[in-house]
Amino acid sequence: MSTDIREFTEREYKYGFSTDLDTDIVPRGLSEDVIRLISGKKKEPAWLLDWRLEAYRKWTQKKEPRWQNVHYEPIDYQDISYYAAPKPKKSLASLDEVDPEVRAMFDKLGISLAEQERISGVTVAVDAVVDSVSVATTFKKRLAEVGVIFCSFSEAVQNHSDLVQQYLGSVVSNQDNFFASLNAAVFTDGSFCYIPKGVQCPMELSTYFRINAADTGQFERTLIIAEEGASVSYLEGCTAPMRDKNQLHAAVVELVALKDAYIKYSTVQNWYPGDAQGQGGIYNFVTKRGLCAGSNSKISWTQVETGSAITWKYPGVILQGDGSVGEFYSVALTANYQQADTGSKMIHIGKNTTSSILSKTVSAGHGQSTYRGLVQVHDTAIGARNHTQCDSLLMGKDSGASTFPYVEVKHPSAKVEHEASTSKIGEDQLFYCRQRGIPEEDATTMIVNGFCREVFKELPMEFAVEAQRLLSVSLEGSIG
Amino acid sequence: MILQIENLHAKVGDKEILRGVNLELPLGQVHAIMGPNGSGKSTLAQVLAGREEYTVSGQVLFDGKDLLSLSAEERAFMGLFLAFQYPVELPGVGNLYFLRTALNSVRKHRGLDELDAVDFLAYAQKRMDLVEMDRSLMSRSVNEGFSGGEKKRNEILQLAILEPKLAILDETDSGLDIDALRAVAKAVNALRSPDRTLLLITHYQRLLDYIVPDQVHVMTEGRIVRSGGKDLALELEQHGYLADAKDHTLPVGGTR
Ligand SMILES: Nc1ncnc2c1ncn2[C@@H]1O[C@H](COP(=O)(O)OP(=O)(O)O)[C@@H](O)[C@H]1O
Ligand SMILES: [Mg+2]
Repeated sequence: MSTDIREFTEREYKYGFSTDLDTDIVPRGLSEDVIRLISGKKKEPAWLLDWRLEAYRKWTQKKEPRWQNVHYEPIDYQDISYYAAPKPKKSLASLDEVDPEVRAMFDKLGISLAEQERISGVTVAVDAVVDSVSVATTFKKRLAEVGVIFCSFSEAVQNHSDLVQQYLGSVVSNQDNFFASLNAAVFTDGSFCYIPKGVQCPMELSTYFRINAADTGQFERTLIIAEEGASVSYLEGCTAPMRDKNQLHAAVVELVALKDAYIKYSTVQNWYPGDAQGQGGIYNFVTKRGLCAGSNSKISWTQVETGSAITWKYPGVILQGDGSVGEFYSVALTANYQQADTGSKMIHIGKNTTSSILSKTVSAGHGQSTYRGLVQVHDTAIGARNHTQCDSLLMGKDSGASTFPYVEVKHPSAKVEHEASTSKIGEDQLFYCRQRGIPEEDATTMIVNGFCREVFKELPMEFAVEAQRLLSVSLEGSIG
Repeated sequence: MILQIENLHAKVGDKEILRGVNLELPLGQVHAIMGPNGSGKSTLAQVLAGREEYTVSGQVLFDGKDLLSLSAEERAFMGLFLAFQYPVELPGVGNLYFLRTALNSVRKHRGLDELDAVDFLAYAQKRMDLVEMDRSLMSRSVNEGFSGGEKKRNEILQLAILEPKLAILDETDSGLDIDALRAVAKAVNALRSPDRTLLLITHYQRLLDYIVPDQVHVMTEGRIVRSGGKDLALELEQHGYLADAKDHTLPVGGTR
């Protein structure tokens, strides 16, 4: 492969700056005392502290999972700081009071915290989370007018404690898995969103996560509830500074869709992937799950995963309501020494439930991509249907892709289909483009974007553009 | 002369495929290269277009410039176009988008303004009409699921849009039924111009019934062994390539 392409896939991470924020950090290490300290700093109710402590005790009994197809050195959980918050100069009364340095940091990321229309006609409400603490939520008033609650998790705990208590852990319990328990024990903030009955959320909701401090983990939680007949489209984006030590990100996202509700959750994940030699980068170990609780509800996950040294997550849907629908669209790109083990879990419980999975992995350089998915049809799920399609694109001889589809069917009426393909970016395709006057670098992006198109078209328009750009930036640099 | 080829050799590994090709193409003419399967016609086309897998020696001047020192995309910017014998599929890449990207890239390197989507569409539609291309093909992915004939037609559309100085058409006629062949030939004829040279590669003479060349060259065993007027094609059709090569006592390897 020519040097052009190599340079192209090895270009540097653009968001790798760190900002000198005055940060309130708890000393490294994890214990019940640290959890009490975090909960105390956040003035949490007793039930939440108890819930955290219960999670912590479960966590200490759990073993870190090792079955995933990724490789990393053991993590020393006592060497991480579990709470880092940019110190507010005072408590915020309005957006104007956001720390100018925080504001400047988000400007640098291309995310405006000002309340403005992003693209003509498209309004996006943004919640910005730095080192697990929410620093600004925009458009709060306009959303409140229709009854939508969109705020930081901490605020929700203070102001909507009953809702949080009702739904927290209802989809991903505090003992679900090793990382989910860890998150439940130490999470510091995140986003909360509640769409009341019959309301179509009038704008896209969006959270940007940013890890800034060194030697901290980011453990945020997102909880989205769509009441009967409600709908919302939600986008999550994230970046982190370049650091040569690995940092852990263990988030939990829970979605609850009641009868006829629709939640569309899109992620553009761009955590720092490590350098071209595989030094540093984020370990992105995340539990995301949606519950289609009511009949004819629908939850749709779309993810574009271009960052992180290691990505390990399986956004899933529990299809409990009759006629409910779960969807998963994924692009996972691994370049340099990145590894991704990702896919989806679709759990069919209700009658006539439908799920579809479309996974596109792109591996460049020494990148390793694994699709791992589970389709489970319970004996109650009469007439369940699933379609899974996994396509892998390999660039260069050192990259790899694997597919592990697990299927468990307990009702004979179920129809479960699986298709998989692996292809290489052909010299033929590149030469064809170049012969038409499209330089190699652009041609590569074009071919990869084409490969991912069916997923990108599921993203909200303006984010689809962002995703394509990200993909080309991430590709800049690793085919061998 | 738009193209001057002198003693061109090309190898893949130890295998010598082109063994000293000499050929001159004047601007504005139509030339044909005929020859049996495996004689090196496509290799010549690919080498001229800048495919990197061949080890190449010799000299080629394109529009006075040293062609062999240029990358594939630079050759395209200069106005060299290859209609592929086997057009490549680009899944998920929209045909119209592909064409606009190509045209704008070429225009940019020629110091011209890029066309926006609206202007491009207007231009592309005119060119589609010229080559009688079905518009529904434009919204599909490049060549994906196209029939053989549609792929070839798409190559000619790209030619029409990019307006090269030299277009090499590699077996554009193969796999076409007679109606499709007529239509493609009509499109190619519409693209003949005093500012454009066409090099048709074929091993059937029937294409040359529809696109009448100024000159015909015969290639066997990696060399041009004979050149003549348009009647040469007919003669080859009757006597075959090998008889012809022997007539001229040229060093030919074994028969194939
Ligand atoms: N990339 C390649 N690697 C190995 N052999 C090749 C390659 N390209 C062409 N050849 C060989 O060179 C000879 C000429 O091929 P080609 O140029 O396609 O002939 P034609 O187009 O005249 O049918 C054939 O024997 C073919 O197998
Ligand atoms: Mg050929």
